[in-house]
Amino acid sequence: MTINTLAKGGWHRDQMACFRKMEKVIVAMQDPDMGMKMRNQRLLITVIPHAMTGRDVINWLMQKYNMCEEEALHLGGMLVRYGYIYPLKEPRSLVLRADESPYRFQTPYFWTSTRWPATELDYAIYLAKKNIRKQGELMEYEKERYSVLHKRINHTWDFVVMQAREQLRASKQRRKADRIVLECQEQAYWLINRPPVSLTLSTFRIYFIAHFVCVCVCVCTFCLCLQIEFCRRALGRNRVKSSICLEGFVKYSEQYLSHDPIMQGCLPSNPWISDDTAHWTMNTEVVPIPSRLRVERWSFSFMELLNDAMGRREFMTYLEKEFSAENLCFWQACEDIRHGENSRIVEKVEEVYKNFLAPGAARWVNIDSKTMDKTLKGIQHPHRFVMDDAQMHIYFLMKKDSFPRYLKSDLYKNMLAKAIVPQEVKKSVFPFMRRQRHSSPSPAQAVAQASEEEGRA
Amino acid sequence: MRSPPIPEMATQEVQLSETLAHLKTESDTLKGKLEEERAKLHDVELHQVAEKVEGLGQFVMKTRRTLKGHGNKVLCMDWCKDKRRIVSSSQDGKVIVWDAFTTNKEHAVTMPCTWVMACAYAPSGCAVACGGLDNKCSVYPLSLDKNENLAAKKKSVAMHTNYLSACSFTNSDMQILTSSGDGTCALWDVESGQLLQSFHGHAADVLCLDLAPSETGNTFVSGGCDKKANVWDMRSGQCIQSFETHESDINSVRYYPSGDAFASGSDDATCRLYDLRADREVAIYSKESIIFGVSSVDFSLSGRLLFGGYNDYTINVWDVLKGTRVSILFGHENRVSTLRVSPDGTAFCTGSWDHTLRTWA
Repeated sequence: MTINTLAKGGWHRDQMACFRKMEKVIVAMQDPDMGMKMRNQRLLITVIPHAMTGRDVINWLMQKYNMCEEEALHLGGMLVRYGYIYPLKEPRSLVLRADESPYRFQTPYFWTSTRWPATELDYAIYLAKKNIRKQGELMEYEKERYSVLHKRINHTWDFVVMQAREQLRASKQRRKADRIVLECQEQAYWLINRPPVSLTLSTFRIYFIAHFVCVCVCVCTFCLCLQIEFCRRALGRNRVKSSICLEGFVKYSEQYLSHDPIMQGCLPSNPWISDDTAHWTMNTEVVPIPSRLRVERWSFSFMELLNDAMGRREFMTYLEKEFSAENLCFWQACEDIRHGENSRIVEKVEEVYKNFLAPGAARWVNIDSKTMDKTLKGIQHPHRFVMDDAQMHIYFLMKKDSFPRYLKSDLYKNMLAKAIVPQEVKKSVFPFMRRQRHSSPSPAQAVAQASEEEGRA
Repeated sequence: MRSPPIPEMATQEVQLSETLAHLKTESDTLKGKLEEERAKLHDVELHQVAEKVEGLGQFVMKTRRTLKGHGNKVLCMDWCKDKRRIVSSSQDGKVIVWDAFTTNKEHAVTMPCTWVMACAYAPSGCAVACGGLDNKCSVYPLSLDKNENLAAKKKSVAMHTNYLSACSFTNSDMQILTSSGDGTCALWDVESGQLLQSFHGHAADVLCLDLAPSETGNTFVSGGCDKKANVWDMRSGQCIQSFETHESDINSVRYYPSGDAFASGSDDATCRLYDLRADREVAIYSKESIIFGVSSVDFSLSGRLLFGGYNDYTINVWDVLKGTRVSILFGHENRVSTLRVSPDGTAFCTGSWDHTLRTWA
């Protein structure tokens, strides 16, 4: 749903799908074999045929869809709110009660989807009928709307009154019981579908008419050409067998299961549940001793290692020992170009060339000649992605070579051994004793302080 | 002078509609072939592969925080990297930055337009981006000076020809990706406001987008009113993959944590999972009793759970592997319009048309 579909017409397309689904449920509820058992309900001294209690509705939904009571109450409540079932005892309270309150199915004639749109004219006729029948005793909001409509469609008012009188006359010829049922149904319909009535065209509508965009699938030639070109390219694509891909999801979920706080909790406790921020304090970007889960995660993939600031720092230390730290420095410098400001691209590319690529550079990186040639040529017209090929080459070099060796190194193994496993802190025994929730410094503050210090230095 | 003879115009019109019909046929034929190719490698269903996986037990999640303060429908929210702050935007034009843990409001900005449908937190935590009916995306640096008017430092970055539906910073504070009701997505340089790349291919409003967490970090996915989810190359602007299996508007797309798949939520009341290597839809998450559309989806940290915020005020929690609904959460009193899991996966936050935001854990 978009902001545009909220304008006249579009809403209909979107809501109709929901109405059709609700109607399926309603039809199933009225199925002669598997549907609800209807019986006569007592309302004061009257006996109402073909009615059911709120409790009946809930039980049926629970049984049919295998759901808990709360969900059945919620779904049943929707059916009442959209007018498919209406209450007999308190007609204006469009709520499903889980008790003996009587309800009835709305006749399909009065379904929102059948009679859409509910016009002001029809509503005016309904109010006029009610006015005549009750001799002016309308509800406050009905009186207001009646007078507004009277002003708005004054030119057709004779027609409105005439229609109202005709319909009343016709209904008098019905049996009393039928007449009462029809009145109930009609009242229920208008409670839900009465059109918003105001003297001025709502600003809401005016705005959206101005911004109206055709929402149906565009069949212009441009879109079709793009579609055709895309299909041709896609046909030549390499695909992987489903069994291999899907197995990947199972493996991934298994590997990360213990790292997922919602699935397995987190140590010492989930801050949102216990009000204790220890978990966050222990896992800030830079800590003296990291947690075991965190260090383990570095071994899952090269990307995990690089994404963690502390992991990246450790890896840099390792590379320095191996005299190949320039690779990581180069990669970081390339990332900076790719994600940095447009205005500094040229200067940054220069720096990178000077430090890493120029012959005799202080931190020369070992790239294959083909990539090097291509990159050097590209540098003459520097742009954001000029370093991409070289960066990718170095990235995969580190991933295939340095990363696996790092994981086997003493540096990593020691880190893993030192890493802490926090004690689980159970929630407070006294539920009424709530911990103080302490605020934390805003990230914006940290940066402001840093620049202040820079200014002073 | 008399107007040109009608028959000539008629011939031109006929030619045009013939070309259109010819193109449509060619497009449909190719689409059919593509579906055939995709089906050839589909040798097993996800729930079959997942049979050996242990089922999930009883699931208890509750509202842990309720954030009150918006005066109208909450439309969008985003987490800060510090795992506790959030930014939210609403129909009345207000954008608020909260410390969701203490429920304190830290910053508030009033936009010059209503229906602020998109908001995003910068990776550094020092700025927020937002936009909506003004067709723009603006960046506000977060000042700590209580007296300073945030609106004064506002920077207009993106300009579309229709409403802004979603925005996201890329890996840094310097670039923003936007999607719009004008049917396009675009990549912008924040400092200069320059358009770096635009992405054309959707046939109607684009409603959502998400950046891929991949190693090479060059793609993103978008979903639109044309029922399509498209995967784009940020460098070239080309659409590299496209999926069209939903029956209605796609309101939300979110990558699976490994980057090999993404989930989508739609007005057709289903969530679907699309695998990028198999190049096809691999799971549908739906129930006969779920009637109302999905506005927003996100994965838990391990990707085992998929959370969906629905238009019937509920949140459904799905077992991604087995395809079953694990739990249904009640609490909001109107449509759930936005849902995001926190960066460390300890909780998720929802925003609703009932004017509140809730954090669940």
